[in-house]
Amino acid sequence: MSEEIWNKRAGREVRKIDHELFERTVLPYINSAHNLARWLTRNEHDAEDMVQEAFLRALRSFDTFTAGRDARAWFLTIVRNSCRTWHRQYRSHETSMEWDMDAQPAVTAWSDPEAVLIKNANSQLIRRAMEQLPFEYREILILRELEELSYKEIAQIVEVPLGTVMSRLSRARKELYIRLGQPTGEMGV
Amino acid sequence: MSCQEVCEFLDAYVDKELDVFTSSQFDRHLTECAACRAKYDQYQQMHDSVRVHMEYFPASEEFVQKLRAQLHQSGRRPAENIRRSWFPQWRVWAMAASVVAVLLLTAVLLRMVRRPSSSDVLAEEVVSSHIRSLLANHLSDVVSSDQHTVKPWFSGKLDFAPLVKDLSSKGFPLAGGRLDYLDDRPVAALVYKRRQHTINLFLWPSSASNSRPRTLTIRGYNVVHWTHSHMAYWAVSDVNAGDLGEFAHDLED
Ligand SMILES: [Zn+2]
Repeated sequence: MSEEIWNKRAGREVRKIDHELFERTVLPYINSAHNLARWLTRNEHDAEDMVQEAFLRALRSFDTFTAGRDARAWFLTIVRNSCRTWHRQYRSHETSMEWDMDAQPAVTAWSDPEAVLIKNANSQLIRRAMEQLPFEYREILILRELEELSYKEIAQIVEVPLGTVMSRLSRARKELYIRLGQPTGEMGV
Repeated sequence: MSCQEVCEFLDAYVDKELDVFTSSQFDRHLTECAACRAKYDQYQQMHDSVRVHMEYFPASEEFVQKLRAQLHQSGRRPAENIRRSWFPQWRVWAMAASVVAVLLLTAVLLRMVRRPSSSDVLAEEVVSSHIRSLLANHLSDVVSSDQHTVKPWFSGKLDFAPLVKDLSSKGFPLAGGRLDYLDDRPVAALVYKRRQHTINLFLWPSSASNSRPRTLTIRGYNVVHWTHSHMAYWAVSDVNAGDLGEFAHDLED
């Protein structure tokens, strides 16, 4: 099969892609993409692999991206999905969120005396606590706290209803804060 | 607003995702309730402190250069094809076919595993949709107290025609409607009022046989579910269970 036919069969109009437009659309969000991938894979090497993979995937599906749409959300969705596949493949043994975790009643009270306010929250502590959280909690926390996306944008990227974003974010924060409130060195749960 | 609702909306308030009305009610509760105010202050402080100290990992300059170079190279000849050219094409298709088969099997298995508690999960989903609808700009896509305006609005948007009843004489005036998504399908959401409370009524076609209204309480909200003439009905609200039962009864009449 010639390359041309292959491209056609795969629905790719590779030659038609405007590479300059692609660069202008996607590169402004390369830091957001890297930051998300870095938190999701928890190491630099895999983060770069994921961003590179997402970059190529985005290029291939650029013809389906219509101008005027939110490019950041579009690109971050691809990055997130790459990381998710990677996580399922290589980190499936880790504690992952049960599929029905969102259906459990939320931790309603924020009055846990153990969860004392940390006066000297430092980056290293936060990183260690974050790295123990399930994938689903990490992604939602990064998208909200660091990328400052709205619930609606997060719902699109993570592909869950808005109400789930709300309850999952609430649970993720409480999990994180409770871990941070525990004395150093005893965070392993 | 109750202390429990303050708990429920705490994150949405911190994130400024509440609509103006709910947000002002939240404010008012904080000025009146010292316990919630203390809880909120602590939560907000914790949140700000974590956010400030959370690291951000930008891409390195070399990495961005590498991506750029790859892009320009693929401008001449797609990078994907360079990587794949040694790989026999029939193998690609065979692999794709087996991936599809595995995905289908997984989907079937997942459905089988999930089925037992699907109704509880659905009830949770319904409550989440209700809470979400109370957030900014989400209550109604069509705002009208007239059933003859609301009903036609759905035509062409759904694969069924929802029954829209006028219950204003029973003390449940219609406020509007919108499309929602539940049970893996688009559904009709009708918005009714009971004094200052909001009732969301979700309905969609169902193969289940008729069932009498059943009342549940989930996360402080009352939920009534019944099936009638091959339609599933879910009513959710913070009105008391008696009022909601009455609402279900009036609808069934
Ligand atoms: Zn209170």
